Amino acid sequence: MDLARTEVAKAPARKGRRPSRGSAARLGLTALPVAFFAVFFAYPVVAIVTRGLKVDGAWQFGRITDVLGQSDIQHVLWFTTWQALASTALTLLFALPGAYVFARFDFRGKQVLRAVVTVPFVLPTVVVGTAFLALIGRGGLLDELWGVRLDTTVWAILLAHVFFNYAVVVRTVGGLWAQLDPRQEEAARMLGASRTRAWRTVTLPALAPAVAAAALMVFLFTFTSFGVVQILGGPTYATLEVEIYRQTANLLDLPTAAVLTLVQFAAVGGVLAVHAWTVRRRESTLRLVDAATTARRPRGAGQWGLLGFVLLTVAVLIVLPLGVLVQRSLDGPEGYGFAYYRQLTSTDGGAFLVPPVDAIGNSLQYAAVATVIALVVGGLAAAALTRRAGRLVRGFDALLMLPLGVSAVTVGFGFLIALDEPPLDLRASWFLVPLAQALVGVPFVVRTMLPVLRAVDERLREAAAVLGASPLRAWREVDLPLVRRALLIAAGFAFAVSLGEFGATVFIARPDNPTLPVAVATLFGRPGDLNYGQAMALSTILMLVCAVSLLLLERLRTDRTTGEF
Amino acid sequence: MSTTKKATLTAVAVGLGLVALSACGSGSDSGGGSGKGSKDVTLVSHSSFNVSKDVLKEFEKSSGYKVRILKDGDAGQAVNKAILTKGNPQGDVFFGVDNTLLSRALDNGLFQPYEAKDADQVLPEYRLAKGERRVTPVDSGDICVNYDKKYFADKKLAPPQTFADLVKPAYKDLLVTENASTSSPGLGFVLGTAAKYGDDGWQGYWKKLKDNGVKVVDGWDQAYNQEFSGSAGGRKAKGDRPLVVSYASSPPVEVLYAKPRPKAAPTGVATGTCFRQVEYAGLLSNAKNAKGGKALLDFLSGKRFQDDMPLQMFVNPVRKGAQVPELFRKYGVEVDEPGTMDPKKIADNREPWVKSWTSLVLK
Repeated sequence: MDLARTEVAKAPARKGRRPSRGSAARLGLTALPVAFFAVFFAYPVVAIVTRGLKVDGAWQFGRITDVLGQSDIQHVLWFTTWQALASTALTLLFALPGAYVFARFDFRGKQVLRAVVTVPFVLPTVVVGTAFLALIGRGGLLDELWGVRLDTTVWAILLAHVFFNYAVVVRTVGGLWAQLDPRQEEAARMLGASRTRAWRTVTLPALAPAVAAAALMVFLFTFTSFGVVQILGGPTYATLEVEIYRQTANLLDLPTAAVLTLVQFAAVGGVLAVHAWTVRRRESTLRLVDAATTARRPRGAGQWGLLGFVLLTVAVLIVLPLGVLVQRSLDGPEGYGFAYYRQLTSTDGGAFLVPPVDAIGNSLQYAAVATVIALVVGGLAAAALTRRAGRLVRGFDALLMLPLGVSAVTVGFGFLIALDEPPLDLRASWFLVPLAQALVGVPFVVRTMLPVLRAVDERLREAAAVLGASPLRAWREVDLPLVRRALLIAAGFAFAVSLGEFGATVFIARPDNPTLPVAVATLFGRPGDLNYGQAMALSTILMLVCAVSLLLLERLRTDRTTGEF
Repeated sequence: MSTTKKATLTAVAVGLGLVALSACGSGSDSGGGSGKGSKDVTLVSHSSFNVSKDVLKEFEKSSGYKVRILKDGDAGQAVNKAILTKGNPQGDVFFGVDNTLLSRALDNGLFQPYEAKDADQVLPEYRLAKGERRVTPVDSGDICVNYDKKYFADKKLAPPQTFADLVKPAYKDLLVTENASTSSPGLGFVLGTAAKYGDDGWQGYWKKLKDNGVKVVDGWDQAYNQEFSGSAGGRKAKGDRPLVVSYASSPPVEVLYAKPRPKAAPTGVATGTCFRQVEYAGLLSNAKNAKGGKALLDFLSGKRFQDDMPLQMFVNPVRKGAQVPELFRKYGVEVDEPGTMDPKKIADNREPWVKSWTSLVLK
């Protein structure tokens, strides 16, 4: 999620490096990530699209205009776009004050709160959708208090999107905001500028690219929204992603699904291109300071009021839906207690061949392997991107982001039909799940590692060498301490994202080895009180695991060069 | 030392970790399909498939095969996934294609012919046209409107029993059903209305149903566990629709999973709204272990499995003389004349009907 600051902490110019050596090294570094993406991303996606658009060896490009000409499909396109725009605007509205408060104010429990707002981002949508329904659906809190129900309206979707993406804005914008030197604004005021004018001419221009980047990311996530829209939108609302899923999984209309995949691909490509452009525009140097020195305790009614507003937003939009989840997991048949949790260890429910609690172990194993893969691939890619960026490399940079925006359904189905023949006969292998999860983890690893790698000052290494250190020693003393922390943080994030991955996993996870999100979805799909309660209990466990790993990250997150996680 | 080398070293270290981890993983759970040894046989099905452990063990012991079971999403998705992977199928036998989707599976060449050993033991009403040997009927269930007994008792209102009742003003805004394009009970309900009101009449009926405030949600889960006021999940979620499209076997399920077990089921079935669903199994084309698959099909239509199945999947056996459990007799209902439709007719009309239903009801 450190999407704004990739170029901010730019290293001093590296002079005098021979270009030939650099490009050879880069080629070596890029080989593995490129191969990984080619085999486990591009190839499956191309395979499923080809299956839809090629009939008897001939391409059916006419299908594209056919499909796009249908009024139903146009309706889907229109809805996808406007709900994404509205979600983005609403998220900015609620989260920008949050970004400011997290950046500039010091208050007790800030670290915990920062972890709390990030939990939704890594929760599986099936869990969130149900929690949200309990809040704004029938009998939800709003219903009880004021008789307001939002579950059949588009507001449910928009609010859930704010819930999901609040952290994107807080972390991306807030991270930079915390490092802007407040003295610059003070200087402007000293020179006679009004408070608003100083803010408009000094702070805003510095922040604008970060805001733009965050907005683009929120747009990307909401444009491709799947679970939220499926659960809260009902049958009348569908995003492109939901429509791709319906066309493939329910109707087996592969040509239509293929066309829609291409449309989404083009849209996501466009968004990423604009994103890359805003990132480049940020290459202008900003005067950054240590985040720890810019935050202070709020003063005056205005600042306390703002803090109060942000705390209220977080309480209502984020803590409340999560609280409903916990409450329901404890609200057993014989009053409050851990009955549903105890039930998780038995196979009586019959939803699985194994006790549901096994899903926790499976998920942890899968996520661990996925994290390692994401670290290797993402780490190498980040190292390659550290080198002076040419046009080609920047293209590679954007390419690494694609898995975030391409339909998980497409990837899942693609895995099924593409990776089924030697030498890539992986379909029956457990390894397929971590591979799919790693795809979504890699972008996060790259975004965390890149600023850190770029910020390592070449002169430090040179100084070490001058003082007689061997290259290995210089690496150990200079690079490792800086990179180790970023590596851990990247690992934590990849781990949390892998734990929550649902869209692709649900197609390839084996029923005797369900992951937590898959187990939750399966339990929801069965009747009866016990299954419902167990689903709630498992969701709560998943939420706690995510929250704990994020809290650990918060503890690591003290160095200003470590990006925003 | 350059960033490059540092990263390479990191990568090597991490790579070693990966190998170690993979080793752990494969130790506990090695991959490999059923093709590896002819002693493995794999059943592909939807997420509702279940069988008692001891019944399955018995089969494994007597046949010498080890059974793997792959359950995949809901029925429609499982069928579509099987069609997508038919060149190199995930298993040997597929169970769970029902009469509403049978034609899609057959037209796509999903199955190869095999007649199960006890095919003649299948009750006559479930048999397919003569000469159709690619699939074997395994179970049947009825898709029916369920009602919340407490709601109607409190209102002193008689629960609806037929399709005609559902459009009466007394039942306005009470029914929730599933999207026919994404849910098999939703599709079954639409086909039930078509069976009742004919090819030309069902749309008119749905107009009335829409005017009477029918609510459509995407899946059975949401309809039954969220919106319906009679189910355990729905009560908890404060569902406010006392009528839902579900199965005739849903009331006994409510009893089975309730603690303590109530004296009577909290829900009832409107027996005049039912549509019969029959589920079939077949030997997959390109099955790696066709011999094992045949044995598995014999098992699915055999007495032991047919007796065990009702309480595992909450459906009815199709075999002559198979036992219907006490729970069903005590808490369930007999559906005397469910709606039915020829699979060929479903095949010809499913897609256009779903399309016109969508624009009629959802838009």
